[in-house]
Amino acid sequence: MSEALVLGGAEETPLRDLASYRAVGGYAQLLKARAMPPQEVIALLIESNLRGRGGAFFPTGRKASFIPSPEKVAKPIYITVNADESEPGTFKDREIMLRVPHRLVEGCLIAAHAIQSNFVFIYIRGEYSTEYDVLQSAVDEANAAGLLGAVKILVHRGAGAYICGEETALLSSLEGERGQPRSKPPFPAIEGLYAAPTLINNVETITTIPVVLEVGPAEYAQIGAPPDSTGTRLFCLSGNVARPGVYELPHGLTTRHLIEDIGGGVPDGRSLKAVMMGGSSFPVMTPDDLDTKLDANSLGQKGYFIGSGVVCVLDDRTCMVQFALRVGQFYMHESCGKCTPCRVGTRWLVQMLRAVENGTASESDFDLALDVCDRIIGKCLCVLGDSDAMIVASCVTKFRDEFHAHLEHGGCPFGHDSSLDGLFAPSDQHAAHEVVV
Amino acid sequence: MSLADEIQKVARRYPESKSAILPALRLAQEEYGWLSREAIEEVGEALDLTPAYCMSVASFYDLFNFEPIGRHTIEVCTNVCCGLVNAQAVLESFERELDIAPGETTADGEITLRAVECLGGCSTPTIVAIDQRYRQSVTPEDVPAILEELRNV
Repeated sequence: MSEALVLGGAEETPLRDLASYRAVGGYAQLLKARAMPPQEVIALLIESNLRGRGGAFFPTGRKASFIPSPEKVAKPIYITVNADESEPGTFKDREIMLRVPHRLVEGCLIAAHAIQSNFVFIYIRGEYSTEYDVLQSAVDEANAAGLLGAVKILVHRGAGAYICGEETALLSSLEGERGQPRSKPPFPAIEGLYAAPTLINNVETITTIPVVLEVGPAEYAQIGAPPDSTGTRLFCLSGNVARPGVYELPHGLTTRHLIEDIGGGVPDGRSLKAVMMGGSSFPVMTPDDLDTKLDANSLGQKGYFIGSGVVCVLDDRTCMVQFALRVGQFYMHESCGKCTPCRVGTRWLVQMLRAVENGTASESDFDLALDVCDRIIGKCLCVLGDSDAMIVASCVTKFRDEFHAHLEHGGCPFGHDSSLDGLFAPSDQHAAHEVVV
Repeated sequence: MSLADEIQKVARRYPESKSAILPALRLAQEEYGWLSREAIEEVGEALDLTPAYCMSVASFYDLFNFEPIGRHTIEVCTNVCCGLVNAQAVLESFERELDIAPGETTADGEITLRAVECLGGCSTPTIVAIDQRYRQSVTPEDVPAILEELRNV
């Protein structure tokens, strides 16, 4: 694929060892960056308008510019790379770590130079074992080759908690506490890890930094859908689609193009019913919006989010009540329990959705569910509960007829023919999550 | 090297030793297979933290076991992306072959079966982690061979 930049050079074979990464020009951008004053590197990132690939889409250069210079603080300055990839439907950071681990390391070292940090933590989700091995050996190799200089890179393994992908929860976890979010402000750039200035970026964002330097910031800013959605993106295509996979594409192609032309469309003669767009934390897309371009502004105008690049296709065998229920069970399981609206609200939503699925709900329960969603959104320390509320509310609103059919039918109108029929949720393995309806 | 020495060696890599609690708990679990009260106390001792604190942290995370588990673990992703394709059939195939429910261990102590949330392998459903290593594109038909393989390891 000619568009590959972040995965560039690794289209056919992974570039796992230093020699193969060097063979495609690896670490040349680090040398270039180290020859520049740190401020200049940040200026380049600002010029490129690279934005965060973890979900929030915050301008990377601006975030780096919030970090105070070392003379102004008595504490060390830290970088933490968020490799706790756990958003349902997201599998791009894993691909980066397996295919271009050294480009991630190079990005860490350039970022460390830009904000004058000597300590980089890479927080990798605990389930990623092979990915950890590959990444750790890349770090070791770079270290042995003297590329790290004064910088230490520590790969820290999580232990199974979706919430640790939230930046302040990640910091709590890295400090040796339960992975629960903290209130902002203070923002991590001022008071992050060990109350010291901390830059937190997603794996894909950091791995794109060497690309920006190599392509040149002005040129990078022309790729994709400028001025806001510049560059390429690793889209995670999955679900009921013929050719699922990670596709690195410039921002701004249509959703339809990705699903039909690149992904081969919906197989088995089925039709597309909905798209889980951006991740399970955002409103679902309906087929009438398939021509929406995959960039933040185009999606935003239609009420969608680009999130972590998830495009998961649901075909017409999918019961949307079961879909909302299974997603809701995920958020109930992963709620850290700190804020009441999320802890209790995620559970109520599961109870209500289960009642709809069983045909024991009433028409007024739909509005009650939307009311519960309203009482979660914006009322907690982090957006975990908001995420649940957004996708569930979108299912209730956009597929109200189907929800209604469950009442008329006294249960699921699909019988047992929905692709998600009876899908077991891990929360049902834990007594603490038992839901009495 | 004793477990305590190993934990302290890891802890020295961090600016503050408390940060080493997850790697320490992982080391203890690798050593004993699960985190007993004694194992938690050992971690606490090594990091100068109370056992209650260590337990409060450990119990937050999914990867720690507080009771003995099987010699092998099978973890089937049942989040929506795998679910849309065939995850439930894969899970049920394991349940049938092992004659246990998700969350249980076979009577001979060999295999623990679990359903887990998204493992991040959505383009090759169903993802099944066997002893923490991913198998991709697992179908219900693959299940007997996987179990045969595990019984011989």
